[in-house]
Amino acid sequence: MATHEHPPIAKPTRAASSQPKSSGVVRNLDAATICFAGDAGDAIQLMGTLFTNSSAQHGNYLGTEPDPPAEIRAPTGTLAGVTAYQIQFAKHVVHDAGDLLDVLIALNPSALKHYLGRLKPGGILVADSDAFSPFECQKAGYAEDPLEDGSLAAYGLLAPPITQLNRDAVSRVKHSARETERCKCFLALGLAFWLCDRSMEPALRWIRDTYDKNPVMIEAATRSMKAGYHHGETCGAPVTRLHVDKAAIPAGRYRQIDGNDALALGILAAAEATKLPAVFASFPVTPAGQLLHRLCEWKQPAVTVIQAEDDLAALNLALGAAFGGALGFTATSGPGLSLQTEALGLAVMSELPCVVIDVQRAGPSVGMPSKSEQSDLLHALYGRHGDCPLIVLAQSSPSDGFAIVLEAVRLAVRYMTPVIVLSDGHLAKTAETWQVPDLHSLPSIERANSTQNSRDANLAPPWLVPGTSGRERRLGGQEHDDATGEIDFDPANHEHMVRTRALKIAQAANAIAPLEVVGPASGELLVLGWGSTLGAIRDAVENCRRRGTVAARAHLRHLSPMPRNTEEVLKRYRRVLVPELNAGQLASVLRSRLGVEVISLAKTQGRPFLASEIEAKIESLMQDKTS
Amino acid sequence: MTVKSLPLLTPNDFSSASEVRWCPSCGDYSILSQLKKVLAVLGVPRERFVFIAGPGCAGRLPYYLNTFGFQGNAGRAPALATGVKLSNRQLQVWVVMGDGDALSVGTNHLVHALRRNVELKILLINNETLGFSKGQASPTSRAGTLTKSTPAGSFSTPLRPLSLALAAEATFVARTIDVDVNHMSEVLEKAAAHRGSAFVEIYQNCKVFNDGVFEYATDAEIKADTVIYLEHGRPLLFGKDRNQGLRLNGFEPEAVTLGHGITMDDILIHDERAEEPTLAFLLSRLIGPQFPECLGVFRNVQRPTFHQLLDESFRQGSEPRPLQALLNGDESWVAA
Repeated sequence: MATHEHPPIAKPTRAASSQPKSSGVVRNLDAATICFAGDAGDAIQLMGTLFTNSSAQHGNYLGTEPDPPAEIRAPTGTLAGVTAYQIQFAKHVVHDAGDLLDVLIALNPSALKHYLGRLKPGGILVADSDAFSPFECQKAGYAEDPLEDGSLAAYGLLAPPITQLNRDAVSRVKHSARETERCKCFLALGLAFWLCDRSMEPALRWIRDTYDKNPVMIEAATRSMKAGYHHGETCGAPVTRLHVDKAAIPAGRYRQIDGNDALALGILAAAEATKLPAVFASFPVTPAGQLLHRLCEWKQPAVTVIQAEDDLAALNLALGAAFGGALGFTATSGPGLSLQTEALGLAVMSELPCVVIDVQRAGPSVGMPSKSEQSDLLHALYGRHGDCPLIVLAQSSPSDGFAIVLEAVRLAVRYMTPVIVLSDGHLAKTAETWQVPDLHSLPSIERANSTQNSRDANLAPPWLVPGTSGRERRLGGQEHDDATGEIDFDPANHEHMVRTRALKIAQAANAIAPLEVVGPASGELLVLGWGSTLGAIRDAVENCRRRGTVAARAHLRHLSPMPRNTEEVLKRYRRVLVPELNAGQLASVLRSRLGVEVISLAKTQGRPFLASEIEAKIESLMQDKTS
Repeated sequence: MTVKSLPLLTPNDFSSASEVRWCPSCGDYSILSQLKKVLAVLGVPRERFVFIAGPGCAGRLPYYLNTFGFQGNAGRAPALATGVKLSNRQLQVWVVMGDGDALSVGTNHLVHALRRNVELKILLINNETLGFSKGQASPTSRAGTLTKSTPAGSFSTPLRPLSLALAAEATFVARTIDVDVNHMSEVLEKAAAHRGSAFVEIYQNCKVFNDGVFEYATDAEIKADTVIYLEHGRPLLFGKDRNQGLRLNGFEPEAVTLGHGITMDDILIHDERAEEPTLAFLLSRLIGPQFPECLGVFRNVQRPTFHQLLDESFRQGSEPRPLQALLNGDESWVAA
């Protein structure tokens, strides 16, 4: 940044000079959320990762969300160049990175401007006062230095000269000015560790391991981080530190995993569980592209990866692979799903097992590729010409990506059908703590109908795989005779086939878990969600319960077919609230399919729900018992 | 793949139970019967053949062959076929497309299948009309063609399928014609033997909607003057008396008659194995009546196939990690 070349005169720590000393106070919380924000060059992702590791070692459940800059290369210090990493660390299971912040570390004015709105009133704000020169403030659109104009009075402000403190800390280490500036992140991180009562040790170990060929860097980074921590201890800032106790985590191996990585690992595990070859074909489209990257990086002999010329080709490639006897996978988003519509029809007509992963983004059209939404539900359920039913599942947390792909493959090969898995951009980039499964403990997935010549008890047709002598047969998108596969336009035959395909999917409900309710088994209000809203709904219902407002909640993973007991469950409550990140799509499906009246809470801002938004709706419904 | 001890197959072994229903005198009958003959002698077990097609007249072909077959949506056959080949490289995968199918709807997929050099045998059955849609103009319809969609004559420049295939880096490019059954068998056998994407354009007469469009190449009276049969390493001669040939004038091809100072030394020699597809491209653009049209193999070169390159790229870099290690990730921790 510009301030590196022309260092401003170090300012004193303002909070320390103007307010009384109370640095010994620590507040105990069940969960806390911190966000590191700065310029693309500020090593924000590294700080976030090291804070996450330290919290993991501390024994917390974690939700993390990196927020990369909107532009690929934005000018330094601008709003477009702000990058962030948000972490929720908790005593209990969390599925996301939290919504409102307890701590915001803002390394420049643009970062402050971008994220201040998420800081809770009374939350801790750390700003690098060295970065708030008039020039930098202007870039962020501040007319006055926000650290000086009193506009931050609602927060616990801590504004040390981080740039200068870092230079002082490493002044005795002989390395370049550039390397000195690279250590600034460690100073800020040390301060964050002090504020959140975390041990520096895991991060110090990381420094020793990472720079093992560069002792000078080890010394500088170590000094810098310790200086940050000790600055917290000694500056006398009047902020209240946070403490989150370790969680009661069952014994086992844990890691952080984001939604896309979980989906990609699910694909690899599905090939293992079925003992079938798999083909993953995809055109890279935000935010699904990471699946393609990961499967290329993790190259596994059982899964052939191909970058398709477009999304429609991708599904045709997957479908061709399924015809050839492999598991066919594709991942897409946005207009890519629209392109695949045609091939989904063929997949239903030819009854081949394949899995389409749709990492939903805000639409229609190009929409907002980097923003999340749940607005492809109706497309997944109904978006094809002809009567064209298939199975639709939804991933409900980042780590659930692993399980949902295995579930999709189980149903695809049992019922010989395409399955759409709905994920979204929020799940894609959010990571949560995941107990790593033991590969040997995964149940194997059996192909239902591999030997018969006609449909089995589940109405699954045989999977006639090329290379098998004596089973040569034609398959295709034209209406055909059920037994022979030969083209057949007889009116009664078409009606029979339309019914058979629909019945097969409807009967898949026999093989899926019933809808489970958390909370009272009947009563005033059920909050019914699907997909990535699980974390926000759970937090909202829990927060209401603590205040004495009791509602039940349930979450759908199977959207087509729905669990058999869905209608019965919904009818046990006087009212059903359906929060979703679209204009009310599940609500309309419930009304039309089940004839159940529900209340829709719709949000279409490209951002996930805040728990507080759902809480407010629950409270208002429970107060207004007349309607 | 060839197994010597296989039971001998006959063309009849490739007849399916389906009643063949093309229009009377359709060129597709001839293509079907030549295909059956060729498949029978390739030494490949019948169950390893897969035929992929789109809808349309050409797309019915898989239903008439007793092999594995899959008929998808218009234009997508190259993508489907690539998927089939990726699932099991033991299969011999053929793609049958019409001109509307391959060049209107599926041009994108066709181009990419060719450039990837997946081992597919792609047959473009070109009748220069959308027959199954009841005879509209196709991307290969000649300028002036009268159809339901071009009542004043087609005015868009037609695509030249072989030029397109060459531009897409196809490694095997050939053309044959429905009525010349021996030539067709010969070309199909060469396509079957090719390692990589093979692209064969078959001129096919649509009796109902575009009858006689290739008459110049089938009429025994005139075809010697209008067709050059390509032979590798041989001069590009044509004419009843084989006294006409092709020569280059700068970058321009010229049809010339031997004599009057023009000798065999002036005549271009066909080289289907040329590293650069320049000559093949030049030949692919020759159309009548100014030039004779070429039948035969335009290009037949070896380039690593998609599977060879896939294997090669798999071998590069580090060994694949065990799946459990991938599940564990790089930053896992253990809670006691």
